[in-house]
Amino acid sequence: MNKEKLVKFLTSLPVHITLIVLSFLWTLPTLGLFINSLRPEDAAKTTGWWTVFQTPFDFTQLTLGNYISVLTEQGMGEAFINSLTISIPATTIPILAAAFAAYAFSWMEFPGRQIIFVSVVGLLVVPLQMALIPILRIYSATGLTGSFLGIWLAHTGFGLPLAIYLLRNFIGALPRELFESAFLDGASHLTAFFRIAMPLSVPAIASLITFQFLWVWNDLLVALVFLGGTPDVAPVTVKVSNLVNSVGEGWHLLTAAAFVSLALPLLVFLFLQRYFVKGLLAGSVKG
Amino acid sequence: MPSTLFQIGRAVLAMVLGIGGSFVYFVGINKIIDRVFSDEIQEKVRPWAYIAPVVLILIGYLIYPVVNTAYISFFGERSDEFVGLANYEFAFTNDSMLIAFRNNAIWLVVATAGTVGLGMLIAVLADRVRYERLVKTLIFTPMAISFVGAGVIWKYIYAFRPAVSPQIGLLNAINVNLLNNEPVAWLFQVPENTFFLILVFIWIWTGFAVVVLSAALKGIPEELIESARVYGANEWQIFWRIMVPMIGSTIAVVATTMVIYILKIFDIVYVMTNGNRKTEVIANRMYKEMFQFRDFGRASAIAVILLIAIVPMMIINIRRFRQQERQR
Repeated sequence: MNKEKLVKFLTSLPVHITLIVLSFLWTLPTLGLFINSLRPEDAAKTTGWWTVFQTPFDFTQLTLGNYISVLTEQGMGEAFINSLTISIPATTIPILAAAFAAYAFSWMEFPGRQIIFVSVVGLLVVPLQMALIPILRIYSATGLTGSFLGIWLAHTGFGLPLAIYLLRNFIGALPRELFESAFLDGASHLTAFFRIAMPLSVPAIASLITFQFLWVWNDLLVALVFLGGTPDVAPVTVKVSNLVNSVGEGWHLLTAAAFVSLALPLLVFLFLQRYFVKGLLAGSVKG
Repeated sequence: MPSTLFQIGRAVLAMVLGIGGSFVYFVGINKIIDRVFSDEIQEKVRPWAYIAPVVLILIGYLIYPVVNTAYISFFGERSDEFVGLANYEFAFTNDSMLIAFRNNAIWLVVATAGTVGLGMLIAVLADRVRYERLVKTLIFTPMAISFVGAGVIWKYIYAFRPAVSPQIGLLNAINVNLLNNEPVAWLFQVPENTFFLILVFIWIWTGFAVVVLSAALKGIPEELIESARVYGANEWQIFWRIMVPMIGSTIAVVATTMVIYILKIFDIVYVMTNGNRKTEVIANRMYKEMFQFRDFGRASAIAVILLIAIVPMMIINIRRFRQQERQR
């Protein structure tokens, strides 16, 4: 190694060390959780998860027992299905409704268009807490508490402002000529929506799906308020937070349950990260 | 197991009805408009058919509740007797509310500075190495994890055992085995415990700051930085005199976004300490008023206070949006 290269290497060394240390620290917590979730109760109760590295090739020290136990006895399996039942429609419905609204805001003329849209943007940062009590009262009166329909609609309401805002920015920025020539050829608005606006908005929709899905899946507050009292519809977040209280120091179970709750969002995130980042940049960095 | 089958069946049926129903609405309403109205009226009615569902839902789930919450914040616990400003007086004088306000202030300063500061550091440093994407992905990944999941992850790291038994929490293992200290019940330490909770937030949200700031940094023209170097500026000056001012508006965006999330912080505290040992925050207090004490008046007053704290951020957001519109 010549001298110049050595100097360059040494001056950049602090940069490498800082980045590697930070990356390591950021990964360690999840890794520890995952390893401990695979350890039998006795081991988890008496030693730390890092002790598995004393005999790294001894796979007999690992077990899937905790997962079997939390998925069946502790009800995480049921909660997982509930989370899916909540998240999939609570992602699809608002995005579909927002897409039609965004299309109308972009390519249709009607009185009050601008005012209505600006009001929607204003609702973006209304804290959820402002909405809970009145909705809860209506739900209690109409029997919607503890129902999937109730929580879909709630998540739809809370997710719509961001979805409309992002989609309107995207659909509104599509080239005008595309729509004009389609209308000249006799296309209806519905055709223009499904054949032009939707296919071209795939990136925006993908990023919204990632956002809304993660938001709904990871939500605790809305689920606690509207489903909290009904165990058989509780999603994973509610279940895990209950387990924290009920199994207390049973870390072999808690770590497995937590991992069940975060495995799917982690997968979705790793696959759709590109779109998620695009959404972040479109929503908060523009301008 | 029949119950599992029943559950899956119910889930599938519910999803088909929910998603299918909304599709049927939009396609159906279009066909109905085509059949019923003359061409001229069709074009006037159709936009309203497209925005009606969202307008109705937004009125029902945001606008009406906001007005109603503000209204019942002046009433007693069951909203049947007018109490004037009593709920607000409670909010600003009650001991645990004051602790919550103080903690939210600490959260605002430490968590915002932590995420933005670390985000900036990592964004600038990662820009100089070849494994930038890997670093960013690793730092960014916790964003996929719920506050509940993160709460369990970190509660495990903070786990405490009396000195006689081996430590299973990472932090105490380091503290006891490597540093030869007595084990510490981290989440019971007042006032440090609030900072241990804030660490969880920073762990999750730094990735957001990194990604957004890094994108802005890449927008700074390379020639600008090169010519500053040619004129003898050191890296420190380049950072403070060029990078920070050039991406100032993006830093502000990240900071306001953090402030909005921090003001509403709930899950981390609920799962890890439930506000015990002086770790209370505003949103957790509101939840307690709502469900533990069943006092809807006080809970509403607390929600209104949260709203008022967030309104300045809302104005900044709308202004920024209007500016973007004009630039188009």
